[in-house]
Amino acid sequence: MLGNLNIRVIADYFPALWQGFLNTLMLSGLGFAGAMILGIIACALTIQPLRWLRAPAIAYVDCIRATPLLAQLYFLYFGLPRLGILLPEIVIGIIALALNSGAYVAEIIRSGILAIPRGQFEASMSSGFTYLQRMRFIILPQAIRPTISPLIGQAIVLVKDSSLLSLISVVELARVGQQIALDRFMPVEGLAATAAGFLIIYYLLKALAGFWSRFDRVPGRS
Amino acid sequence: MFWFQVERLLNYWPILLKGLGMTISLSLLSLLVGCVIGLLFGIIRAGRIRWLSALTGLYIDLFRGTPFLVQVFICFFILPTVGIELSAFSAGVIALSNLSACFIGEIIASGIKAVPKGQSEAALSSGLRYSQQLRLVILPQALRIVRPSLVGQFILLVKDSSVISAIGIMDLTRSGWMIVQNIPNGLLVFGVVGIGYFIICYPMIFVARRMERRQQTSIL
Repeated sequence: MLGNLNIRVIADYFPALWQGFLNTLMLSGLGFAGAMILGIIACALTIQPLRWLRAPAIAYVDCIRATPLLAQLYFLYFGLPRLGILLPEIVIGIIALALNSGAYVAEIIRSGILAIPRGQFEASMSSGFTYLQRMRFIILPQAIRPTISPLIGQAIVLVKDSSLLSLISVVELARVGQQIALDRFMPVEGLAATAAGFLIIYYLLKALAGFWSRFDRVPGRS
Repeated sequence: MFWFQVERLLNYWPILLKGLGMTISLSLLSLLVGCVIGLLFGIIRAGRIRWLSALTGLYIDLFRGTPFLVQVFICFFILPTVGIELSAFSAGVIALSNLSACFIGEIIASGIKAVPKGQSEAALSSGLRYSQQLRLVILPQALRIVRPSLVGQFILLVKDSSVISAIGIMDLTRSGWMIVQNIPNGLLVFGVVGIGYFIICYPMIFVARRMERRQQTSIL
């Protein structure tokens, strides 16, 4: 199957593939930035005591987690024009990615904060720290650390999910691969090039996660 | 206008129900196959044969690192070029089972590694063979540890099955896509599609959360 891989075709299409690769990076980067913002807001809303603010945040997280990204994407793609909001496909795609990953980011951060033992709050209070000092020196350093690895995991998921945007005709890596497959009737070359591009991003992010877990190792703790 | 569209959507009810049935049968079939192969992958991955474990790890990485959409296309468009003709349904089931086997394999391997070493040592000194150790001592404990993540994986599997609609399988997402061509109200149509997925997935999310909570209290 790979023995008669036509390298020439991949070389011919290299500029298009490179552009698709960059687009995938750009889409995922913007999507992840949006997801972080949404996730932090949603998380802040779910752990504060006011019920009428908490309920919509919980509903958002649960609805996103219980439905597939593709259905969410079509919901926005076919639904937004209905509301009179006309946006280019690429913007709809980034919004869908951010909304989708935002819910997972919220869950990750929430579990990071909830994992801090109560004693930490009490001890820092009785040591005379002000609220800001408590957050700055005691709570946040402990809350953020354990979320880094799962957040990188979520970034990996998001990069792969961004390939679904090809189904609403956003030009990114998977779309270019499909074009090669259709224009030249060479599915092997097109899909192999696409897969290779995504694998590069995957291994880079995986290496980052590995680097972080070595860096994060606290002496005396597993 | 809105009620008119709701009325028209009611006419498409059979298509939506069929789509829901397709999504459920795709997911269940892939779940079954994925669990069996995944268990095998997990045992190999956590096993003592170094090169086999590394090879399985590489295979798992290949599928964890590429988008599921690309994998579905590979099953549907490339396997026929090497002489394996597949219907869209079987291509979808193969892609989905393979993906879930990879994820379940990693989950089970992590569970096996999380069982304290003393357990396998005790089993060894009780005179159990490796296969007996695994079956009677290690796996029961490992599966208990990974139960919440396994349920999480099942939820992902149901959601990933929507991607298979890209090769024309009439699942829930695809039936929504068909209907929206006739009723141009994406919010309504995909709202209903979303409710369909919600009905399948939310109970599992609920169960996974309860398991997690119970496990946290049992460890403390």
